[in-house]
Amino acid sequence: MAAGAIPSNDTDRKETTPMAASGAMKQNGLRKALPLLLPAYAWLTLAIFLPLSAMVYFSLLTSMSPSEQSSSLTLANYATFFSDPLYATLLLRSLKLGLLVTLICVLIGFPAAYVLAKIFKGRAREAIFLLVILPFWSNSLVRVFSWSMVLREGGILDTALNAILPFHVTFDLMYSFPAVVIGLVHSYLPYMVLTCYLSLQAIDDALIEAARSLGATRFTTLRRVVAPLALPGVLAGSALIFIPVVGSFMEPRILGGRTGTLYGTVIEDQFTAVYNWPLGAALSFILLAVVLVILLVSAPVLRKAA
Amino acid sequence: MARVEVQNVSLTFGAHKAVDDVSIAFEDGGFYALLGPSGSGKTTLLRMIAGFEFPDAGSIRIDGEAVENVPVNRRRIGMVFQNYALFPNMSVEGNVAFGLEVRGEKGESVRRAVAEALELVQLGPLAKRRPHQLSGGQRQRVALARAIVTKPRVLLLDEPLSALDKALRTDMQVELKRIQREVGVTTIFVTHDQDEALSISDRIGILKDGRIVQEGAPEDIYDRPASEFAATFLGDANILTGVVRDGSLRLDGGTAIDLPAGSGDVPGELRCAIRPERVRISQSMPVTGAAGEPPEHMRGVVTRRLFSGSASTYFIDCSGREMKAIVQRGGDADMAVGSPVCVHWNADDLIPLSAGDGRD
Repeated sequence: MAAGAIPSNDTDRKETTPMAASGAMKQNGLRKALPLLLPAYAWLTLAIFLPLSAMVYFSLLTSMSPSEQSSSLTLANYATFFSDPLYATLLLRSLKLGLLVTLICVLIGFPAAYVLAKIFKGRAREAIFLLVILPFWSNSLVRVFSWSMVLREGGILDTALNAILPFHVTFDLMYSFPAVVIGLVHSYLPYMVLTCYLSLQAIDDALIEAARSLGATRFTTLRRVVAPLALPGVLAGSALIFIPVVGSFMEPRILGGRTGTLYGTVIEDQFTAVYNWPLGAALSFILLAVVLVILLVSAPVLRKAA
Repeated sequence: MARVEVQNVSLTFGAHKAVDDVSIAFEDGGFYALLGPSGSGKTTLLRMIAGFEFPDAGSIRIDGEAVENVPVNRRRIGMVFQNYALFPNMSVEGNVAFGLEVRGEKGESVRRAVAEALELVQLGPLAKRRPHQLSGGQRQRVALARAIVTKPRVLLLDEPLSALDKALRTDMQVELKRIQREVGVTTIFVTHDQDEALSISDRIGILKDGRIVQEGAPEDIYDRPASEFAATFLGDANILTGVVRDGSLRLDGGTAIDLPAGSGDVPGELRCAIRPERVRISQSMPVTGAAGEPPEHMRGVVTRRLFSGSASTYFIDCSGREMKAIVQRGGDADMAVGSPVCVHWNADDLIPLSAGDGRD
């Protein structure tokens, strides 16, 4: 076996070594760090743990309407998911959408981050960087609605295409699956660019030069040196995108119309339209469980690939 | 292994001429040091030979082949970087094997070549380690093994020892020299450390402001620097400026100094250097003309003394002119600060310098 075939689990070892070395100071360090950690953890407890606990409770109730006092605890809401195949189908659809959007974000975001981190310098980099994070500055609802102006028939894209082309085309992506994907990629792409940028920027340019000096082409250098070292950033970005996209409801509803019925929109309906909070909460926890299982299963596989 | 020829090469970054019309030849199997202060263009020159930068003008030939437009991965060079640049995602042997694998070599031949290279740098037992588990010196050896395992035509080293502490650096200099001799590869070594350049290389090229100001064997450059810059950058020197008259050098204060034979023929302004270790000091005036005793040239007062173990450096104020003298510690008693001394040297140790810094 060639030496290159040795499996690498370098990234996590690198992170644990300094921690292990400081083991003796841990006790003392923790006490000193406590005042700094406390606000963050207090906030997390208040903002995430308490509402989640409440949601767990809701998901076990038979009913939540204030008029009925006879609400009791039940697992029926969870059973609903398994009794009606519609929910599983929608969940699968949402997972596929999450995968697709994440993949597109990697394909678009990684090259952009590479150019930003390794090719542009100084002011040019700042300018391009600003363009990347610009979507964050506008309201997400406005962002999504502006896409509807672009994608609908007679919209900006349709008008522009017909102005250029000599023949007439009808271009209407509105209320379609591609429209949902376009809107979601637009919303979440900056996460991928930012996380990839950070991990790419941490790669010493000398490593790339060293690979090139050893006879590697640009592509081989990318495949064997840059990509493995940037993988943590790609994975972080993927997690940041995949999880919210699977549960997304705003983009599917506005841009997808009837075709945009997804797991996330069904959950939203339970809370805002049907007022069946217990079912909505139960569906949310099933989603959370599925996403966690996916992350847990994929983590070691992806780590090995690195 | 090959001869490297750099001809009239220039490279400008914006308004800055990083390398300015440089011509230098690196003979097959030689160990060359490119020495200069930061910003002198030595690294840029090295990067052009490597193929990371491309010259605006001029030609670079490796083994007779013009390479100035050949990309780095097809130049068949080996390079060692200042911070080693080991791939953190690969083991030691993975790093060393990389250059062979990207050339399409596989299996047993790769394994044998990697083992040989690691043996050469005495790192065989650490083959499975990761770069972050190695010390600085060990990383340096891996970088070297990785660079030479592909049998490059020329080995380029960009300040490879500057990150090591002094004792380790000296060890690595000896080691580097041994490995270079064993492999026989033409080696170009960039450094700003004059001692390193002197001790390690067969030949030194001194750069300043993008130009080569002097090139030659270390001893020749040290003994016969062509310019004040070469004299003071490579080693230390007392610089004396005066006017040549009647075969001797008249300094500003009126002191007349004997010139070495043959150098006092042209009248006019002349600048001379004298190495501090050639300057002698004594408390009493030596008898002029006595056998073995050089004539007195100046008198002065010791203003400072730097003790460095085997030797002391004296700073002597000779009526406004500071002279440095390095005295090996032997039987003589040390001179105290403030004591009057006579400063003298052999006329032959005086090195006449050309005007300017060696350019025309």
